[in-house]
Amino acid sequence: MSRQAYLVADTIVSPLGFSTSENLESLRNHQTGITAVHDPTLWADTFYAARIQNDQLQAAWQQIATNTDLTKLEKMMLLAVCKLAKENPSLDLTTAKIIIATTKGNIDALATAHPEKAYLHNLAKQLQNFLALPATPLVVSNACISGGLAIAVAKRMIQAAQCDDVVVIGGDILSSFTTSGFFSFQAVSPQACKPFCKHRSGVSLGEAAAALWVSATHSTTNESVVALTGDATANDANHISGPSRTGEGLYISIQKALDEANLMSDQIDYISAHGTATPFNDEMEAIAFNRAGVATAPVNSLKGYYGHTLGASALIETIIAKHALLENELIASLGFQELGVSQPLAIITSYQKQSLQRVLKTASGFGGCNVALVLEKIKV
Amino acid sequence: MSTPEYYIADYCTIRHHKVYRNGSCTYTAPSSMPLKEFTKGVYSTLEIQYPKFYKMDTLSKLGFLATEILVEKQQLPVETALVIANSAASLDTDRKHQASIVDPTNFYPSPATFVYTLPNIMLGEISIRHQLKSENAFWISEQFDAQWITSYAQLLLQSHKAEKIICGWVDLDTDKYDVFLALISKQGKHPFTAATLNKLYVEH
Repeated sequence: MSRQAYLVADTIVSPLGFSTSENLESLRNHQTGITAVHDPTLWADTFYAARIQNDQLQAAWQQIATNTDLTKLEKMMLLAVCKLAKENPSLDLTTAKIIIATTKGNIDALATAHPEKAYLHNLAKQLQNFLALPATPLVVSNACISGGLAIAVAKRMIQAAQCDDVVVIGGDILSSFTTSGFFSFQAVSPQACKPFCKHRSGVSLGEAAAALWVSATHSTTNESVVALTGDATANDANHISGPSRTGEGLYISIQKALDEANLMSDQIDYISAHGTATPFNDEMEAIAFNRAGVATAPVNSLKGYYGHTLGASALIETIIAKHALLENELIASLGFQELGVSQPLAIITSYQKQSLQRVLKTASGFGGCNVALVLEKIKV
Repeated sequence: MSTPEYYIADYCTIRHHKVYRNGSCTYTAPSSMPLKEFTKGVYSTLEIQYPKFYKMDTLSKLGFLATEILVEKQQLPVETALVIANSAASLDTDRKHQASIVDPTNFYPSPATFVYTLPNIMLGEISIRHQLKSENAFWISEQFDAQWITSYAQLLLQSHKAEKIICGWVDLDTDKYDVFLALISKQGKHPFTAATLNKLYVEH
């Protein structure tokens, strides 16, 4: 398989800013998007979450369009993809394959006069209409690995020469629907979440959107480019809401992704983990990383900055991993104080510059699904 | 290097309170029967002991039943991928969760319901039952898109990411349901193409 899948360009729309560069700047400065949220329409009590301010979104939106019939999620997603298209004139959205990755889409519409907006294919049609696309985008909804799975699919389509360009658009919003659900699981942290920390006690939820252009070609003027060289997904076949105690599916995914990239486990320079900060998830990841022999690599979770953005999370984290490779930098795992898992992990505790060649990105989700992606820096 | 050929080995349709396997009707119930009773009736024909079935939401039950009927007693390889799509995602259960949170004075969200507010939970249930440790991908489209399902399944098979595939459509929207699953493998009667898959989908 000689065709490469390059991560060409990207945009992130999050509480940390409406461009990838603003997001990176915040991460370098250990600045979080998680704040105390007082909003009875989301949850009766104050809770911690990463929220995009409506007035800021509206101000950014007005610079690209006057449509007011679009939902918050649609605006977030369109802002990301329109910015991507504007910054990359050679990207033709009408010929690229578009994949939308979302866990819950416009689920907040269920409580409105337009519950039909909650159908994910209607979200796809809204984006199609706004962008004047000839085909309805594909939609993948595979819990919290949706964004990572969509990137894996993009790579496979490109490598099999089904197409030359894929744009992955991912997004999820904060809603009373998901907030109440995570609270009912007693899985919400009373403060900003603390991935892999001894004092962690659950997730902080977040909202964000992102767009990533994956292509068979690149026209970079930089000295390096990032390609996806391995991908795999595997189910734990163990439990629908609890991660496997042996990290089975994640372990299998990592093994297979490394095999495809033709790499040994010690060749991974950095792991961008899922790290939701629930006691079971982080423990499962520590077990899987150790089983797979990658646990000596520096590792972080970005949930301390973004909260858990569900279907968008693995997409955003892959974009950040790509830039970490190009900039040779490691982002601190915010919220971490003291190791709180049973197996050793090299958690990144402060921002640092370090030469990087290869990154492993992983994600896991309800239903027992797991994904692993290998990103490599290639000299051009 | 020649491309290995794949076939639709078996297929199962559950529609209008009738169950079909490879084109033959194997179970039928009065159309007036509530869906919950119907799924229970289909389950009883399987003659299996699987108490987890009763905890599932209706969407998962439909996917579970169709898979049981499809594979019968065959042992599926661990590398069997699940590529399933529908139109309404998990909205049937989403509405139940939403009803539990709409009134602040009668607020009763339940983790047992919330966990099923993801369409891919059905894939997790099937993976647990058959010990499949391969890919799960849940796609959403307004109608059954045989072209994409076939093209994506071929991608997984040709790149050796899966040995066999269970693919198809499991949709539930209030009481409207539509189920069609096919088992794709190296042996079978029908060549695995989008046209054939679509032909079998509309057969009943």
